[in-house]
Amino acid sequence: MITALFSSVEAGLLYALMALGVYISFRVLDFPDLTVDGSFVTGAAVASVLIVGGVNPFIASLAALGAGFFAGCATGLLHTKGKINPLLSGILMMIALYSINLRIMDKPNVPLLQQETVMTIITKAFQRFDQALATIFPFVPKTWAIIVFGMFLVAVVKVIIDLFLKTEVGLALRAVGDNKKMIASFSGNTDRLTMIGLGLSNALVAFSGALISQYSGFSDIGMGIGMIVIGLASVIIGEALFGAKTIMRATLAVIFGAIVYRIVITLALRVQFLETGDVKLITAMIVILALVVPQMVAARAEKQRKARKRGAAVASTQADYESV
Amino acid sequence: MQLLLQLKQITKVFNEGTLDEKVALKHVELSLQPGDFVTIIGSNGAGKSTLMNIISGRLAPDTGEVVIDGKDVTTMSEHDRARYIGRVFQDPMAGTAPNMTIEENLAIAYNRTVKRTLRFGVTKKRREFFKETLATLQLGLENRLHAKVGLLSGGERQALSLLMATFTKPHVLLLDEHTAALDPARAKLITDLTKQIVETNRLTTLMVTHNMEQAVQLGNRLIMMDGGQIIFEASGDEKKKLTVSSLLQEFQRIRGSQFASDRAVLV
Ligand SMILES: Nc1ncnc2c1ncn2[C@@H]1O[C@H](COP(=O)(O)OP(=O)(O)OP(=O)(O)O)[C@@H](O)[C@H]1O
Ligand SMILES: [Mg+2]
Repeated sequence: MITALFSSVEAGLLYALMALGVYISFRVLDFPDLTVDGSFVTGAAVASVLIVGGVNPFIASLAALGAGFFAGCATGLLHTKGKINPLLSGILMMIALYSINLRIMDKPNVPLLQQETVMTIITKAFQRFDQALATIFPFVPKTWAIIVFGMFLVAVVKVIIDLFLKTEVGLALRAVGDNKKMIASFSGNTDRLTMIGLGLSNALVAFSGALISQYSGFSDIGMGIGMIVIGLASVIIGEALFGAKTIMRATLAVIFGAIVYRIVITLALRVQFLETGDVKLITAMIVILALVVPQMVAARAEKQRKARKRGAAVASTQADYESV
Repeated sequence: MQLLLQLKQITKVFNEGTLDEKVALKHVELSLQPGDFVTIIGSNGAGKSTLMNIISGRLAPDTGEVVIDGKDVTTMSEHDRARYIGRVFQDPMAGTAPNMTIEENLAIAYNRTVKRTLRFGVTKKRREFFKETLATLQLGLENRLHAKVGLLSGGERQALSLLMATFTKPHVLLLDEHTAALDPARAKLITDLTKQIVETNRLTTLMVTHNMEQAVQLGNRLIMMDGGQIIFEASGDEKKKLTVSSLLQEFQRIRGSQFASDRAVLV
């Protein structure tokens, strides 16, 4: 059980990068970008093929990040220059990427188990540390390497995003999602900003895909299916549990959301009658619940507030009568 | 002295060649001297907003040229042209980003004339500057730098929009009924602020308004539009002497005679 939770935190941290990408498109740019299902695999494909080809896994992962950036820019181009609506631009890009990913991998599945990956390298580097820890916590799993690396990486990416969104370009990017007409009247090139934003978003998604493929030991053409919903689930769960008052708070919430999501799925799969194939259904349910419950809670609070007001009004008129 | 803004033979037709064809502007000519403050009046659909949109680059004219400070900007994109132009819209929601703070909005406005970089939008030095500028509004906004703009009232937001459009000293300031959505007290506040800001900065300004009183009191020039044309213009002493009733009479006289000439053509 602890081992299972431990690995869901590991995976959660790596998926958090993807969720941060989704946060940038959905929340910052207000652009529902479905490219994610494709660009996640693009990242995995690029990294795996390069690693198999003998490239340093760190460089391969950065290459994946670059590939994701281009994929995102392409979606942005479809929307801004091609005047195609956001959802359709993303879907078109997602479909196109399916074929492109297959071309990159040359087959539906690239195994990485025999390869040196980012994960094997850091695990090796951590060996001493792990041995020391094993004497203190004998019950925990084989390595702390991935969790420590994941935390470090996610923290760095989070801080970079937080800082970037406070720069002049970052402020303009946020304004595109908030009020396009306004930013255009202050010399902001909304087309270019949209492309940059989607590029950054998908760069993170592809980077996450690259790391996940190295973590799980393969890339697969189908590994991106439903990824956008997982990303959304992380964003929504995070915001619901931890709030999103400021950018710094929101990005932190998204990271925790991604981890909580993994834990929930892990726990759900322990339930007897649920099978691995049910994961997507569970994910959809989580998103639906996370979207609907806050509305119901708010509606209920409103109703109670009104009822209380009415009660108070009745009471005060009664008081008036009594005083007469 | 060089003209600041020149409109040469601007024509704009919407939905050309269809049943919905609408001639919004017909051969409009207009020249502004530096420091001119022009109020524009005219009935609904006269083409006032279309004219503003063509100057700002939101719409492209079918024929004609837009020249700002001697530079032909007719084909320049809206965002590039914004380097010369400050704008305040009718809708108080339109000019600011509601989910961003007051200081972040000001930082965005600050970059209207300066290329955006990867430096922080709000620095210590800029924050001081923003505070000083906000203080000139006398609304206490300088103490609410971290408040989200969406929390401000319509009047406060419009005052902020006005400040954001002007504190970087645009070549041309375009105001399209920017007090129309406000209650009378707030409209007066914004009108007074407009007068103060335009005068202290000597901004070349075009202001569309439905308020005749306002049109007569503000500015050194007045333009009346109808049916996509400028049908009446007054400046200098002539403008000073204008009253609301004389303006209305003028309007009826011109409209009447035009109506008569249209009939003459038909017959
Ligand atoms: N995008 C558009 N497509 C089609 N017709 C338009 C468009 N924009 C404006 N028009 C038409 O052009 C004419 C001029 O419109 P415009 O908005 O410039 O008028 P206005 O003088 O600003 O009027 P108001 O006082 O009501 O704001 C109107 O008849 C309007 O219906
Ligand atoms: Mg108008």
